[in-house]
Amino acid sequence: MFGLEFPPINEILRWKDIFPTYNKIALIATAAAILGILLFLLASRKDPMKAPTGTRNLAEVTIDFIEESIVMQTLGKSGLKWTPFLLCLFIFIFLCNIPGVIPIIQMPATARMAIPMSLALLVWVVYIATGIKHQGAAYFGHLLWPPGVPVALKPLVGAIEFISTIIVTPFSLTVRLFANMMAGHILLVTFALLTESLLLAETKQVFLVPMGILPFLMLMFLTGFEILVAFLQAYIFAILAAVYINNSTVGHADDH
Amino acid sequence: MEAISALVAQADPADAKNTSAAIGAGFAYGIAAIGPGIGIGYLVGKSVEAMARQPEAAGMVRTTMFLGIAFTEALALIGFVVFILLKFA
Repeated sequence: MFGLEFPPINEILRWKDIFPTYNKIALIATAAAILGILLFLLASRKDPMKAPTGTRNLAEVTIDFIEESIVMQTLGKSGLKWTPFLLCLFIFIFLCNIPGVIPIIQMPATARMAIPMSLALLVWVVYIATGIKHQGAAYFGHLLWPPGVPVALKPLVGAIEFISTIIVTPFSLTVRLFANMMAGHILLVTFALLTESLLLAETKQVFLVPMGILPFLMLMFLTGFEILVAFLQAYIFAILAAVYINNSTVGHADDH
Repeated sequence: MEAISALVAQADPADAKNTSAAIGAGFAYGIAAIGPGIGIGYLVGKSVEAMARQPEAAGMVRTTMFLGIAFTEALALIGFVVFILLKFA
């Protein structure tokens, strides 16, 4: 139908099970978690009084990035206590995304629904708990009966606000990360297959074979693009988590 | 279009179902990409305008721009998920 043999979706996304219920995607996720923990443990062992080098340098740059461009931009100075949480989210998602372009592995762990969904549910629990902690039961009251809206519109706006906060937000967080990574992965698969089938084509038209270089160039370009996407999706997930947390701390009474 | 309907006509029922699923999948993604495409273009264009006017506010504008992109893009991504569901499921 597409003019080239496209393998079934499970072959692209599932891989073989190492043992039942534990496949290579779970392995990548585990490796990402361990790598992140090790990196920061190593960094914390260095002498904080000396000028930072090596892993500590990397860790400090990352923390600085999270503080400057995620926390300060959304939560403000009082939100600096959220840095560790957002840092964990960012590092874990980035380390799960980046295997999508590492040769031999070439599978982002976030290209399956499970990991983005559990992360989104974690963020969901955290921001609802923050809302209850800061505003008590009034948090749900403010969601259902938003202050600062004309009375005639309150039921409508309240219903929209409630549904969007409780149901749509975790769903869109999940789908954004998952679909972005899977789209990138499938693009890479498509161009790799195109390159292969053109280079190995048994055809009498000789000029067709060297044409395989074109999808290969596209593949190179897309691999570079995927590195950007892996970073950007981790950044967007963390910044959206920060925005949702901020929404439940300040309440909907203040304008923002 | 004629070529597609000819394909549908000569194939057996299971194949016809696959073909129409593929056509539907193509339209699902194509149509879902129109709105977000316009939206993101407008959004980034306006952000660049704002950054050019006030370079000192560039950081804030950039953050808000990424937020806007993330929300707009979600619609196209849902279209992509529908594409995957129609094509492979």
